[in-house]
This record gives sequence, structure tokens and C-alpha cells, in this order.
Amino acid sequence: MRDIHIDQISETVARLFIDAAHNLPDDVVAALERARDSEESPLGRQVLEEILENAKLASAEMIPLCQDTGTSVVFVELGQEVHVVGGTLEDAVNRGVAKGYTEGYLRKSMVTQPFSARKNTGDNTPAVIHLELVPGDRLRIKTMPKGGGCENMSRMTILLPGQGREGIANFVLRAVEEASGNPCPPLVVGVGIGGSAEYCMALAKKAITRRVGSSNPDAENADLERDLLEKVNALGLGPQAVGGTNTALAVHVETFPTHITALPVAVNMQCHSARIKEAEL
Amino acid sequence: MSIDIRLPLTDQTIEKLHAGDHVRLTGVIYTARDAAHKRIIEALDKGESLPFDIRGQVVYYVGPTPARPGRVIGAAGPTTSMRLNPYTPRLLEHGLKGAIGKGGRDRTVREAFKKHKAVYFLAVGGTGALLSKRVKSAEVVAYDDLGTEAVRRLEVEDFPAVVVNDMYGDDLLEQGKARYQQRDRLGSYVPVEENAEGSNGGGS
Repeated sequence: MRDIHIDQISETVARLFIDAAHNLPDDVVAALERARDSEESPLGRQVLEEILENAKLASAEMIPLCQDTGTSVVFVELGQEVHVVGGTLEDAVNRGVAKGYTEGYLRKSMVTQPFSARKNTGDNTPAVIHLELVPGDRLRIKTMPKGGGCENMSRMTILLPGQGREGIANFVLRAVEEASGNPCPPLVVGVGIGGSAEYCMALAKKAITRRVGSSNPDAENADLERDLLEKVNALGLGPQAVGGTNTALAVHVETFPTHITALPVAVNMQCHSARIKEAEL
Repeated sequence: MSIDIRLPLTDQTIEKLHAGDHVRLTGVIYTARDAAHKRIIEALDKGESLPFDIRGQVVYYVGPTPARPGRVIGAAGPTTSMRLNPYTPRLLEHGLKGAIGKGGRDRTVREAFKKHKAVYFLAVGGTGALLSKRVKSAEVVAYDDLGTEAVRRLEVEDFPAVVVNDMYGDDLLEQGKARYQQRDRLGSYVPVEENAEGSNGGGS
């Protein structure tokens, strides 16, 4: 067993959220530059120029990329040989979020009882934590400050098995077209296919944590990703939906076996400010 | 090419603006989002006076991050305008002349902008750092207890925005999609006729 103290986890989570809020990852910047270079709409290009200039300014002057510093979504891959000491993993993550959002001057957007009190918790806790047990003695943390604009455009359905690939494409296109400018295109569209209802949405969320433009290792899934990206961009929404040829930077698909009666499909959208950072302890 | 606009908006300026125009705004705007809109409407219902005179003014849908010491404001980009749809026509009736947010508006709100000779602008969502640099001063003028959602008076300079809904009833998002959509590459998908009529919340 390898001991990892909760303080180390908290410090890492705090650092990753501050980093994520200010520094757009290289893969995202590269994808935005490609979009700017290929964009056919002059207004769409102007929007992409402003987005790229924003990324430079945010990093150089330590101003958050976006005022919506999100729900704090944290993916933890915990090696089975790791022993977390000094407290619980959940507390460690939440302490890190509180520290990062307070010391980093990030916006605290979490409110209590969603349908009544809605009182701000004051430090953006609690985090939404996805824990996965993996082999080994390492602890891997991915942080995602997930903005409301794109998260609120999530969709989930259970198609009939016979609707197949065509049904999936039409569902994804409807979700993107109806979301229009709300989720801040150009998007990374996460698509989960299979599993159970809740697991399907988790797959869609996991899909957007991949490096932008990376392909699913399965050839059929990768082909579906290319097909969906081409179709999403043919919608013509463009950057911020002002019209254009770059509605999405990428479509990422993740699949899982499912029940004989079902074809679950979930869409989780990521705005162009795809602020995901990771570290390994 | 951008059109430089001095605020407050005059009818003469509004008449010249068309969906798709890129503009740079200089002058005073007021921030308000969900919670502040709710209180403003409640005040109007009770016949109370508003914390600022909305006649001729522009509201900006934003909830900034906390300012670092020595700075005017934190990141300050637009939030999803659709959530304010239920409130906007009422404010336009009371003389509001412009709004800045992101995403589209529903048909009722678009009609209200046309009817009241007002303009809806889009600022680029997710450019909170860039837009914060165009804010020269910020002062809370009402509902301080709402924190990031308090009403602030901002002085802005060369604040970049795009006209989405003009006084002639045109809508940039509809026009843009019509121009760039390639229906022959959408397979069996049938596009929606109506833009920006989603049923759920929006955020930022």
C-alpha cells in the first residue's frame, strides 16, 4: 500500500481548478485556431478571434477565462494500492475546491436545496465526484469547472434498439440545434451510448474529458464521431450561433453494452472554454 | 468593421442598427440577471421606484467573478439570455432600450424588441477576461445581498458586441443558420424551423 495524505489531494485539487479557470489547455487552443482558419463566416471568424484573444489575456493577466467557473466536477481514478490517510477522499476534494475557489477569486455558483432555499454555499462546494477504482498505486485527478450554459443543454433519451445509428445522429443533431447559442459553441459534444440511463450520461460526460479531437480507439465509434462532427457542423449554427461552419470542435463518443430492450443515448455539451486539467499523485 | 456606439442608445442610433452588425459600446450599462430581474419586476408590480432609471438604458446579463485586489471587476462575460425571457418584455415596456447576453431570444421577446424599438446584443460567451478589460468602473447600485447577482453600474469602453435582434424584427441567429446550413449533409435529420426555443434553463 502507498499512503497519500489528504492535504496533498486538497492542494492538487485547488491548484488544478485555479489553473483550469485561467489557462486553456493546448489541445483546445489548437482546435480553436484550426476553427478560426477554416471558418467561412466573417462574423464567425471575428467571434473565434475574440475567444483566442480572451485565452491569451486570461493567462497573462490571471483573469478567469469565463465568469462561470462552474460546478466543480472532479474525476478521481484511485489505484487499489493507495491508502488515503488523514481523512476521507471526499473531504479532501471538497477542501481543495473551497481553497481553490476562495484563493483563486473564482465565482462560487453552488446553491443549496435546488427547488427552494437555493442559498449560495459560499465556497463552491460540494464538488461532484466521480470515483473509479483502478489497478496500481497512483491517484489520478481530473478537474472540470463545468459551466451552466453548456451543462443545462444536456439531453438523454432511450431510443428503440432498431433506431440504431441514424436515430442516434438525429437525436444529437436535435440537441445541438435546439441548444443554439446557449452552450457557447464551438462545442465539444460528448455522446454516451448504452449502459443504463444514469451510466449513459456519465459516459457522455467522460467523453468530453478526452483531449479535444482525439478519436475513440474503436474503429466503428471513431467513424461515428467523424460522421457526427460533419453533420453537426452542417447545421450551420457556427461560433456562438451567429452562423458559420464551426459549430463543434469535436464530437466524442463513449459506448457501453446495454440491455436487449434499449438504446440509451445521452448528450453532454462542453462549451469552447473546455477547461480540464489533470494531475497524478 | 465595427460601429462605435455612445450610450445611452438614442432612437436615431437604434434605427441604424441591423442584425449582424458588430459594434463597440462606450458609456454606462447596468448588470442584472435572474435574481435582480425578479426583484425589479416585483418592484414594478408594487409600483415602487426602481434602483436605477431604466428608461433609455442597456442591461447586461452578467455575474462576474470576484475582482482581485486593485482590479475594477473580475471576469465578466454574458450569461444565457433565454432565462431572462419572462422578464424582458416588461422592462422594455418601461423604457429599456437594449440588452446584452448570449444565445437567442424567443419569439415573444423578439417581438417586444421590435415593438419598443430596442436592440438585443450578443457578447461572445466565454470571453470574460477580454470583456472585463473593457469595463472601466464598476459600482454596486442595488441588491448588494445578491453578491455576484447584484445590480452594478458599469462604465464600459469599446465593449464588443453583435446585434442579434434589431428594431426591424430581424434575427441574426436565424439568418446565420439559414445561410450556412447544409441540408444535404444532414442525413435524415429534419431541422427545427424555430431557432432558440429550447425548453430548459441556460446558464453561465
